[in-house]
Amino acid sequence: MPRRIVISIRGVGHRVIDSVWRLGYAARFFSLILLKSGTSIRRFGLIIRELYFTGVLTMIIILVSGLFVGMVLGLQGYETLQKYGAETAVGTLVALSLVRELGPVVAALLFASRAGSAITAEIGLMKATEQLEAMGMMAVDPIARVVAPRFWAGVISMPLLAAMFSAMGIFGGYLVAVVLIGVDEGSFWSQMQSAVDFRFDIVNGIIKTCVFGVAITAIAVFEGYDAQPTAEGVSGATTRTVVTSALVILGLDFVLTSFMFRGVG
Amino acid sequence: MTTRALVEIKDLNFSYDERPILKGINMTMPRGKVIAIMGGSGCGKTTLLRLIGGTVTPSSGYVKVDNQIVHELGRNKLFSLRRKMSMLFQFGALFTDLSVFDNIAFQMREHTDLPESVIRDLVFMKLHAVGLRGAHNLMPAELSGGMARRVALARSIALDPMLVMYDEPFAGLDPISLSVIGNLIRRLTEALGMTSILVTHDVHESLKIVDYVYFISEGVIAAEGTPSEVRESVSPFVHQFIHSEVDGPVPFHYPAEKYATDLNLENRFA
Amino acid sequence: MQRATMDLWVGLFVIAGIGALLILALKVGNLGTYSEEKSYTLVGSFENIGGLKIRAPVKSAGVVVGRVMDIQFSTKTFDAAVTMNIDDRYQFPKDTFASILTSGLLGEQYVGLAAGGDEGMLKSGDKIMKTNSALVLEDMIGQFLFDKASEDDGDDSSKF
Repeated sequence: MPRRIVISIRGVGHRVIDSVWRLGYAARFFSLILLKSGTSIRRFGLIIRELYFTGVLTMIIILVSGLFVGMVLGLQGYETLQKYGAETAVGTLVALSLVRELGPVVAALLFASRAGSAITAEIGLMKATEQLEAMGMMAVDPIARVVAPRFWAGVISMPLLAAMFSAMGIFGGYLVAVVLIGVDEGSFWSQMQSAVDFRFDIVNGIIKTCVFGVAITAIAVFEGYDAQPTAEGVSGATTRTVVTSALVILGLDFVLTSFMFRGVG
Repeated sequence: MTTRALVEIKDLNFSYDERPILKGINMTMPRGKVIAIMGGSGCGKTTLLRLIGGTVTPSSGYVKVDNQIVHELGRNKLFSLRRKMSMLFQFGALFTDLSVFDNIAFQMREHTDLPESVIRDLVFMKLHAVGLRGAHNLMPAELSGGMARRVALARSIALDPMLVMYDEPFAGLDPISLSVIGNLIRRLTEALGMTSILVTHDVHESLKIVDYVYFISEGVIAAEGTPSEVRESVSPFVHQFIHSEVDGPVPFHYPAEKYATDLNLENRFA
Repeated sequence: MQRATMDLWVGLFVIAGIGALLILALKVGNLGTYSEEKSYTLVGSFENIGGLKIRAPVKSAGVVVGRVMDIQFSTKTFDAAVTMNIDDRYQFPKDTFASILTSGLLGEQYVGLAAGGDEGMLKSGDKIMKTNSALVLEDMIGQFLFDKASEDDGDDSSKF
């Protein structure tokens, strides 16, 4: 019996050390990306091409999801608020929920699932079919040419997509509350405007989004580059990207929220 | 002799995770020749190519290319050396998001300042050499295996390198394509005055086109010589390899328990 | 995918994103009405600020004229010093009353300014002399019971 315990403890230790080692490797990889970003900036066309695949193609799911989330918020919010005669506050409810929390977090989760996994799969497949090695043999650094442009494209896309999500969500809330249910339009907007502070709510939301963007894209790019060059390896890496991104987003959200929204109300 | 050799490998040892893959390898590859490295699967042939290209470093010994010790080169020097070398990967490793034309133009665009008109001419010339000028607009996914291999070949000679390494260039090709590739390798090596190193286990095709052969078995050089010397070799390993014999120094049976034990014969009739 | 088409879509994407940001900033938030305009400071001392918070509005006649910038506890006078930023457009006379009021039954607390009749105006950094603290529930109940008890006392004083 004791021998089995020793083996399992050793297994745990082994796994912890592996994770720490991997984290260090990932950190070093991340700094390599930053160092080698010169090529991406000088040849901006590379980033633009990736912006298309990362940002533009994710736009649809972001806009549609944003609309639906906003509509649901409007509906649920109205249900509860009208019990207290405060249904004109539904605009405030929708706007604050979206701008502070749901916009950054849900948009980030959607981005990780769609764009993040696509980036991981692409880079992983390039590794599995020896394209990255071929590039290296041609004296073209694959990190500078393949990884860095995708990283910056992700970082740029994320805030834009989250803003679109929030804007669509507020529009969705407007549709449900004002157009469908009949809440007073003037009060809807004016209460919202007086409650949503630019510096405090919107800018904080944008900061969150930027942090998420960096985290998700870094994870996606690393998992792809580090994937085992087999079919199972790439699919495992893609799954890991989505799962790790989700956990990191939610964790970072908590940390950022507690910093930003301390002592409010 | 040594100054004429393009690639010189001396006392090379390479281990992966404590497992020795290559032990005490010595090779000399003169300029302008086609050299084959043969052996069973997983014997370290591809690792040898990677050592020459500098993607991995040896545990001891060295590889010299063009009189420079590869693993001692700094980043920039290594990259300069790599620009004069090329590798043809087993399944082509074409960039799947670029067209055939762009694949070949890739190195020219990255490493030179040539204007697009000149690049266009060069790409067409390379494609013409492999007979695929008409396919320049296709995407790699639309190419057959043989065509992809030829495009990869055109890509590897894009900057007129002094050394081209081929990793299993004949693997998985139909008889016609086999002949085409073999033919191209020989002709291009002579026409461009470069050196070619083939890693392969296709005996028939390679013996037709190479000048010298090295046999690797169990991490050491089992035999070497010109094609005719090799064909007449009495070494059992070479003999088994050349004549495709089922059993010999490379055994048919994977090491296992006695057959009777596995079938539980002792206890069955007890 | 042709380069030109890709560039077009990326351009549209970036414009849409920035547009969304602008919509959020201007229409949803209060950036449009955000007064980075000139303001001056007034200070008021309150015995009890109740639930007043920083960034709470300062209103006069129901119109927002400024924001609460800072709330500090003064160890000299043992009351709360509330610093307010008032929009330059609105000047108040020296005998203005500052009270802490609640908007609605469950609403947030704000500072209400009721102008007096003095001809001299408050300048930046001036202290508002007349203040009304927030209504604290316990005090009110205590006051109510006390008043009730005094009423009864008046009737029964002859009993003992």
